[in-house]
Amino acid sequence: MAARKSTKKPNVSAEELKEYYREMLLIRRFEEKAGQLYGMGLIGGFCHLYIGQEAVVVGLEAATEEGDKRVTSYRDHGHMLACGMNPDGVMAELTGREGGYSKGKGGSMHMFSKEKHFYGGHGIVAAQVPIGAGLAFADKYKDNGRVTFTYFGDGAANQGQVYETFNMAALWALPVVFVIENNQYAMGTSQQRSTSTKDIYHRGEAFGIAGEIVDGMDVLAVKAAGEKATAHCRAGKGPYILEVKTYRYRGHSMSDPAKYRTREEVQKVREERDPIEHVRELLLSGKHASEDDLKAIDKDIKQIVNKAADFSKESPEPALDELWTDIYA
Amino acid sequence: MATEILMPALSPTMEEGTLAKWLVKEGDTVSSGDIMAEIETDKATMEFEAVDEGIVGKILVAEGTEAVKVNTPIAILVEEGEDASALPEAAPAADAGNEAAPAGSSEAPAPAASAPAAPQVDLTPDWAEGTELKPQTVREALRDAMAEEMRADPDVFLMGEEVAEYQGAYKVSQGLLDEFGSKRVIDTPITEHGFAGIGVGAAFGGLKPIVEFMTFNFSMQAMDHIVNSAAKTLYMSGGQMGAHMVFRGPNGAAARVGAQHSQDYAAWFMQVPGLKVAMPYTAADAKGLLKSAIRDPNPVIFLENEILYGRSFDVPVLDDFTIPFGKARIYREGSDVTIVSFGISMQFALEAADKLAEDGINAEVIDLRTLRPMDTGAIINSVMKTNRLVTVEEGWPQGSVGSYISSVVMQQAFDYLDAPVINCTGKDVPMPYAANLEKLALVTTDEVIAAVKEVTYR
Repeated sequence: MAARKSTKKPNVSAEELKEYYREMLLIRRFEEKAGQLYGMGLIGGFCHLYIGQEAVVVGLEAATEEGDKRVTSYRDHGHMLACGMNPDGVMAELTGREGGYSKGKGGSMHMFSKEKHFYGGHGIVAAQVPIGAGLAFADKYKDNGRVTFTYFGDGAANQGQVYETFNMAALWALPVVFVIENNQYAMGTSQQRSTSTKDIYHRGEAFGIAGEIVDGMDVLAVKAAGEKATAHCRAGKGPYILEVKTYRYRGHSMSDPAKYRTREEVQKVREERDPIEHVRELLLSGKHASEDDLKAIDKDIKQIVNKAADFSKESPEPALDELWTDIYA
Repeated sequence: MATEILMPALSPTMEEGTLAKWLVKEGDTVSSGDIMAEIETDKATMEFEAVDEGIVGKILVAEGTEAVKVNTPIAILVEEGEDASALPEAAPAADAGNEAAPAGSSEAPAPAASAPAAPQVDLTPDWAEGTELKPQTVREALRDAMAEEMRADPDVFLMGEEVAEYQGAYKVSQGLLDEFGSKRVIDTPITEHGFAGIGVGAAFGGLKPIVEFMTFNFSMQAMDHIVNSAAKTLYMSGGQMGAHMVFRGPNGAAARVGAQHSQDYAAWFMQVPGLKVAMPYTAADAKGLLKSAIRDPNPVIFLENEILYGRSFDVPVLDDFTIPFGKARIYREGSDVTIVSFGISMQFALEAADKLAEDGINAEVIDLRTLRPMDTGAIINSVMKTNRLVTVEEGWPQGSVGSYISSVVMQQAFDYLDAPVINCTGKDVPMPYAANLEKLALVTTDEVIAAVKEVTYR
């Protein structure tokens, strides 16, 4: 992974930095709680945790404007929390309850929020890529200056539809930022074993799409890259690719024993590159916050997450007649 | 405050597991993310991480213990300064299990009520008597439908291969580029999977795309977006967003184009909840149904036919003519047998009815027009009168539209049947190229006549 790009004197206010800390911590604690509820049998099926990758969505959300859209795959809890969706509704969807964003009918992989311009939550690897370009197509058609963040992983980057989409997005100059969240493992297959190119964003060059590598463990570097990418799109220059190098601490899903990498590898990233620790250090060393300030944030986050967990347990299961609703508009 | 650590479920199906190894001991301080234990499931050995911070106060289940039920307390975490020795022993595992289990909902939904003895059938004519009619080809009718809807709604646009500058591979979109410009009539590269997905995204973004497949044979490349992205999103989002769009193009066999370009997909798409499926025969239906499809907030599969494009039918001269979905048309009234068909196969049904009339057999011919929703009431109603049913379609026999109709009629009008239902279909083979074999593979008028004679015991 590249060295951290941001300097010791970050070009953001102390308040912003604290906000990023808070948002990343919310995602981490939320995901830990989700893992716990899964262990208790309250969450079923597939559940893909975002722990380790928090700086990606928090940094990019810091670069958005109101009305910008986002769409992603099934590792989607972090994206939803970062764009401001209510943790209660997200957790209740994980437990399959009426109070969930999809009334319990979508689950971990399928949530949406029209209000927050979050378009899912897609379970088929890379299907969200043309969908994201389609959202950008609609914005260009309406000429509203909006940008769509289309997230996909290093695994999805080997699907053919990604390149069909690159071609059309470039051809039609669609305002879409393709965010390759490269966490180095497509389920259990390392990038080395699956991907012919070392840096995936290079593939955009074949379509004339500019891009760059971003240190995904550094929220400030991500934010800066996001601002550059959105400016490119809003200027009418078409799509942009951000290959964000990140790392997932947990298994691919809850039932992944993660035997394809060593414990030392995971531990090393956690100790040396953790995105939350990074901001914590910046806050403390720059005297932007005291230990007590951060403890207060931790406490606040814990409360939010516990409240979401409680809500997700108390919210009733959907009424039986919900089986038959929302099939046709 | 002490926190119980429970035996976790580490896969969707795990009920119990072996606590293989503790990696912490009593008195150790742990923070979230630390690996506490190794647990063996039926699939693998998994590492179990701490979620909370604290000190391991007590280990309740020794390492090596097998068959530890999910949700059994396995350790207790205490805060600094808390006395671990005063902790109670493990609570019975059953309690935790009960708490975790969501409220029961095993109650099965009531089975769909069987249809009333005589279903209500909408018999209102498609247009008022005395309406001016003019002959028009199916091709022109489809073009007019799109043009009228695009004039009425700026969010409607057409995309597909060769739809703009080439004026349509089958000339269906002739003139649309000139009238609406390249912003709304868009040539795509040959990438069905990709542009179907972009169409779905544009629909999520508030537009009303018409996605043309040069033929539906190529829609197989886009099947994932049609089914997983377009049809299911309204449900998966709890009603928040869906895909207001039309996928249209020629479907079924043309002539002498071989196996990969000659397939009827009616039965495939008809199977999917969330999709609507139309397959018109006449020009009036093509126009009226396509206008309804473009206005419909759901994803609609609109199956046209290359051979029918050039056929002329009377089309009413009306400012805004639509045909509702789910309303079959009784094309020809009769009393001896019901023939149900749709799309191009209607011509075999109608030809057969003409010839059968010469033999004194009076066939009622129903054109379904839409397959989802399907006007099964019209079929049942007719069978109650004729007591005999033949279905006609171009598609393959196994899992055909006709086999679905047969099951509905069996369940809802069994006592009215005087003969087993016969499904006339295409033969159960890939389409051959040779002219004589191709003819043999398709359903024919003679086969429909033979089937009718069989069910009427003539």
